[in-house]
Amino acid sequence: MNKVYNNRAWFLILPMLMLVAFSAIIPLMTVVNYSVQDVFDANTRFFTGTEWFEVMLNDPALQAALLRQFAFSFTILAIEVPLGIGIALLMPKRGWQASAVLILITLPLLIPWNVVGSIWQLFTRGDIGLMGVGIRELGYAYNITRNPADAWATIILMDVWHWTPLIALLCYSGLRSIPDAYYQAARIDRASKWAVFRYIQLPKLTNVLVIGVLLRFMHSFMIYAEPFVLTGGGPGSSTTFLSQSLTTMAIGQQDLGPSAAFSLIYFLIILLVCWVFYTAIMNSQKDNTTQGGA
Amino acid sequence: MAQITLKSLAHSYSPSPSGPEDYAIREMEHVWHQGGAYALLGPSGCGKSTLLNIISGLLTPSDGQVLFDDRVVNELAPEERNIAQVFQFPVVYDTMTVYDNLAFPLRNVGTPAAKIRERVAEVADVLDLTSLLKRKARNLTADEKQKVSMGRGLVRDDVSAILFDEPLTVIDPQLKWKLRRKLKEIHERFNITMIYVTHDQLEASTFADKIAVMYEGQVVQFGTPRELFETPAHTFVGYFIGSPGMNLMEVARTEEGVRTGTVDLTLPPALRNAIHRSRSRNIKLGIRPEFVEVLTEPGEASYPVEIDNVQDLGTYRIVSFTFAGMPFRARLGEDQPLPRRHAYVRFPEAWLNLYIDEFRVEVGQ
Repeated sequence: MNKVYNNRAWFLILPMLMLVAFSAIIPLMTVVNYSVQDVFDANTRFFTGTEWFEVMLNDPALQAALLRQFAFSFTILAIEVPLGIGIALLMPKRGWQASAVLILITLPLLIPWNVVGSIWQLFTRGDIGLMGVGIRELGYAYNITRNPADAWATIILMDVWHWTPLIALLCYSGLRSIPDAYYQAARIDRASKWAVFRYIQLPKLTNVLVIGVLLRFMHSFMIYAEPFVLTGGGPGSSTTFLSQSLTTMAIGQQDLGPSAAFSLIYFLIILLVCWVFYTAIMNSQKDNTTQGGA
Repeated sequence: MAQITLKSLAHSYSPSPSGPEDYAIREMEHVWHQGGAYALLGPSGCGKSTLLNIISGLLTPSDGQVLFDDRVVNELAPEERNIAQVFQFPVVYDTMTVYDNLAFPLRNVGTPAAKIRERVAEVADVLDLTSLLKRKARNLTADEKQKVSMGRGLVRDDVSAILFDEPLTVIDPQLKWKLRRKLKEIHERFNITMIYVTHDQLEASTFADKIAVMYEGQVVQFGTPRELFETPAHTFVGYFIGSPGMNLMEVARTEEGVRTGTVDLTLPPALRNAIHRSRSRNIKLGIRPEFVEVLTEPGEASYPVEIDNVQDLGTYRIVSFTFAGMPFRARLGEDQPLPRRHAYVRFPEAWLNLYIDEFRVEVGQ
């Protein structure tokens, strides 16, 4: 075959380039632009270099929010992933029960974020909320506006309720794709239920779980509407997560420079964590004794 | 170690079967002797995999009994039957090494570690897997994976039979041959009953001492490859075994003799009498292409035919001709003289098989 050299072919990628420019590069560069300047008004601005970044990284309020954010994300992952796998394993495999359970499980996923917040806000109210009143009746002085532990537990419970179905659905589809021969071979090999899970089901779920964990990490790390509606970040700042701090700074106080720098740091953290996680999983799957290939 | 007996066994997937067509396995009696190498041969959907799953216990038959020696095992789960099964697509435990894969069935029953090491080493040696023992199973090629799944069956020394369900489907042709030979070797070395399901006659006849040919849920013939070739017990066996399959002609009784289409056949008296004694309307004569004689000059009991085409396949030729309005084929050696267009064919009586209602009838000479 003759290879034709024609550099005009580069023009063919122009539409794609423009699309990416409008969707990602231009908005991001705007933020980069603000992050290195101090903007007073439309005509007055100064170049500040990395100053905003230093300020942001040393801000104790933001550091605390970052720690809370990590604590939140890892807690919900630690609950949602095993729970999602468990639910997927228990879901019926065929018949009308399978469809019915699928629909029931999917319902929370269809509710918009701020609606979820509102639902739980009402649900947990001490005077009229079913859960709020119920827990008080049991003798515990449940109050999410006063007690940080209650607020935390409620937010985690809310997230688990909202998003475990995603993990369960992903795992369910992963489980359904395992050929029957694997289970048959396991029976003939006299494998225990645990061995079937450990050596057949879990390995086959790795790929969907990687997607699930990445999605859930990114989502939960950016969580905003639900805690904002439910607790407003309180009591005090005990449930103020990163995105809420950012919004307060950018919209509430119009601190464009610092919030731009902060946005970039925020973005880089998510990128870094996802990359580390993904690389670690992919490396663990590699065969250590073979060089290259495979 | 066991003899496997199928006693009035039948299986239907429908809960209330109304006729024979509802049965995946029609009622049958069969014995697989201890230590034999058997093949279960048939087209897709003839029930061979169903039969295999019934033997291994993955399926419970709707009628009849499965016996291992004298014990009825119908109610026993696969894990209680001491049977190994190798599936069409290699099943390996991806995250385990080859060693762990082979050790898995032993560990599940709590075998001591020293014993496991010894058995795994032995089986790995037989299957040429020794150099791969430390590799993760997921990175193996298809044939290596299939060897690992076979190895898991061999590693247990309490196995009474190994069942293969078209195990070479995903293997490259040149490796198929190697693996088949390996299986043969294993069979000789371990003296285990092996039942090998396939739709490939070559695979069946190179592996097995005896082949059971299945057709529409029935074993229509159980015999050595040679018996299947020379005396097919059912028209399906004639058609399915051999390349090309058997020539079959429908025949009808006349006042004096036997006729097929518009041609009166000259048949030996015994054969003619057998046809005349039968009440059936479904009577066929079959002859293998290998035994059809093609002549340039008319001879005794020969029929003139027109040759349609000749396929030269190197070491032999397939001659297609029309006889009494039916397409026929003859297989000729490469040095045999071949008439150009008009030819005469003879059907030697020793190789003519009589089929009444599709089953072969023995005719005394």
